[in-house]
Amino acid sequence: MTRLYHIIKYVFLITWSLFVVFPFLWALSTSFKDANAITSGARYLPWVEFKPSTIGWSSLFAGDSQGINIIDPFINSAQVTLIAAFISLVLGTLAAYGLSRYKFRAGFVKNSDITFFFISQRVMPPIVLAIPFFLMLKEINALDSILGLVIVYIALLLPIAVWVMIDFFESIPRELDEMAMIDGCTPVGAFFRVILPNSIAGLVVAGMFCLIFGWNDFFFAFILTFTETQLLPVAIVSLNSSVTPWWSLSAFALISVTPLALVAIFVERFMARGTLAGAVR
Amino acid sequence: MLSIKKLSSSQSSLKLEGVSAKFDKGKIYTILGRTGAGKTELLRTLIGLDESDSGSIHLDDIDITHLPIRVRNMAMVYQQFINYPHLNVLENVAFPLYRQKINKNDLLKRARAALRLVGLSDFEERMPAQLSGGQQQRVAIARAIVKQARILLLDEPLANLDYKLREQLREEFPRLLHKNSDGIILYTTTEPAEAMQLGDELIVMHEGKFVAQGDPLLLFKDPPNLEVARIISDPPISIFEAVISDGKLSFMNGFRLFTNSLNGLKDGSVKVGIRPDSFELGGDIPAQVKLTEFSGSDTIVHLRLPFGDATMLLDGIQTINTDRTLKISINTKHLLIFSPQGKTISWRTN
Repeated sequence: MTRLYHIIKYVFLITWSLFVVFPFLWALSTSFKDANAITSGARYLPWVEFKPSTIGWSSLFAGDSQGINIIDPFINSAQVTLIAAFISLVLGTLAAYGLSRYKFRAGFVKNSDITFFFISQRVMPPIVLAIPFFLMLKEINALDSILGLVIVYIALLLPIAVWVMIDFFESIPRELDEMAMIDGCTPVGAFFRVILPNSIAGLVVAGMFCLIFGWNDFFFAFILTFTETQLLPVAIVSLNSSVTPWWSLSAFALISVTPLALVAIFVERFMARGTLAGAVR
Repeated sequence: MLSIKKLSSSQSSLKLEGVSAKFDKGKIYTILGRTGAGKTELLRTLIGLDESDSGSIHLDDIDITHLPIRVRNMAMVYQQFINYPHLNVLENVAFPLYRQKINKNDLLKRARAALRLVGLSDFEERMPAQLSGGQQQRVAIARAIVKQARILLLDEPLANLDYKLREQLREEFPRLLHKNSDGIILYTTTEPAEAMQLGDELIVMHEGKFVAQGDPLLLFKDPPNLEVARIISDPPISIFEAVISDGKLSFMNGFRLFTNSLNGLKDGSVKVGIRPDSFELGGDIPAQVKLTEFSGSDTIVHLRLPFGDATMLLDGIQTINTDRTLKISINTKHLLIFSPQGKTISWRTN
C-alpha cells in the first residue's frame, strides 16, 4: 500500500513538474534558435536538432536594429515594483495589525467591513479601475511616469498585503502583545519589538505576493504608459510585431522571470511554518 | 498595600461583579474558584489588560485604575506558557529589564539570578521552542520574578503542566514566591489543595464575586456557606436534603444519623454536607458502588446511598467492584449543616 502510494505520488509530481517546467525549457530552447530553426518546425535539442545561436540574447544588450531596449524597462519595472511593494507592505502591515488587534466602529462600519473594503479592491475586474485611474493620473500629470504607476500599484498591492497580514497576525496569540506591554512596552513598542520580529514569515509571503503581482502586471502598465515609462511586460509584448523575433522574446521573457525566481529561492526558507513555535503552548 | 473597591468588569464573557478586598504586602493570596468564576478577569482587570467598568484599584494609596499597563508595577504569569519565540531564554528573562533601561551588567546579573532560581541556568542559549512545557513555564516565571514588581499575578500557572511537573513546581513555589518579601502575590487556581498549600490567605470566587476570604485552614473547616464548601472540597463534598425534628436529624427515607440531640438547630429543612473522608467502611448504611477512581495514592469511591449519592475517600489504592454493595458509616464529627438557602448553621451535639 505504501509502495503504491509512493509510486502514484511520484508519477503525479513528475507529471506536474513537466507541466510547470516545460514552458521554461521551451523558452530557453527557443532563445538559442535563429529564424531558420524557428520556421523549420518544433525542435527541442540544441546541437542535435538545430545549431544554437546567441542572436536572441545578444540582441537584448546590443541595442541593435531590432531596437530592443531591455535595460530601461527592467529598471522601470524594478523601481515601480520595489517602491510600490515596500510602501504597500509597510502600510498593509500597520493596517492589518490595527484591524487584527483593535475594535473599530464608526456607525455601522466595523472591522470586518473595513477588511472587506480592502479585499474588495481585488475582487472587481481591473477594467473597472482603468478609466478612473487614467483620469486621476492625467489630473495630477502622472500619466506615463514612475510616480503614477507607483500610486496605482500601491492601490493594487495594498489589499494583498492587508489580506495576508491580517490572517498572519490573527495566528499570533494576543497574549504575546499583552505580555510585551506587561513587560514595559507601549502598544507601539509591543508591535515593533515583539510582534514584528515574529512576523517575518508573514512579511515574506505578503512581500512575495506584492512583488509577483507588481512585477507581472501588464494591464495597468499598458494602459497608463505610452513611450516614456515602459515596463517589462509591455516591452516584451511590444516585440510581437509582424515579424516576431521569438528568440529575443524568449530570452527577454526568461530575464523577466529571473528576479522573481531568485527571490523565491532566497525566501523559501521563511515560507515554512513554525516560526512561532514556542510562543504559546 | 493593594486595595480594590467595588471593582466591576464585563470586558469578557466572564464578568467581575463589584469585588472589594485589601491585599497586604509580603503575603501570598490564593484565589480559588471554578472555571468561569472570574479569577482571570480579576487579574486582567488588576493589571490593566481589561478596563474596569466601575470601582477603583489603589496601590499604596495611589489610584492606578486607569494607568497604562506598563507603569502599574505588576508582573503576570499566564496559564499558557507565554514566551517571546524570537528571543533565547536569557533574552526572554532580561526583556522586562531592557525596558527598564537597566545597565547591561546589572541586567544580565539579575536575569541569570532569576534563571538560577528556576533551575534553568544551563538553558540560557536555548530558544523557547527547544524547551519542555515545564521549562517554558519556568522561563515565564523567571521573567515575572526578575522585574521585582510590587504585584505578582499568577493565573493558574500550573494548570497546563502534567501531574508530576505540577507537583514538583507546587513544592518549589513557596521558595520562589517568598523571594520578594515586599511584594503581593495573587495566585489563582481551581485546585483546593494548591490553594491551601500556597496561600497565606485564601479568597474563594464564585460567579464574579468574592464569596469568602480568610485563613485557608479555617475556611476549609468552617466554610461560611454551601457554595464555598463545595468549591473548597476536593474530592467533592456530598450534600443531602434533611429535616430536623425535636433535635434529631433525619435524611430522606427516614434514615436517622444521630441518636442524640443537636444543639443550636431549629426544627425544619436543612442541607447536610458530608466530606469524603467522613465516610468510613463498616457500619449499617448500605452503599452501592457506582464508580471507583484513584487520585494519587488514595481511592475515591462514588456511592449510591438510600438518601442520595455520595463520594467517599479511602486511604491507599483499593479495588472495589462496581455495583457491589458496601456497608458504611458516617463520622459525624465534621458534619456541615446549612440552611435551605445555603448558609452555614453552627451546631454541637449534646
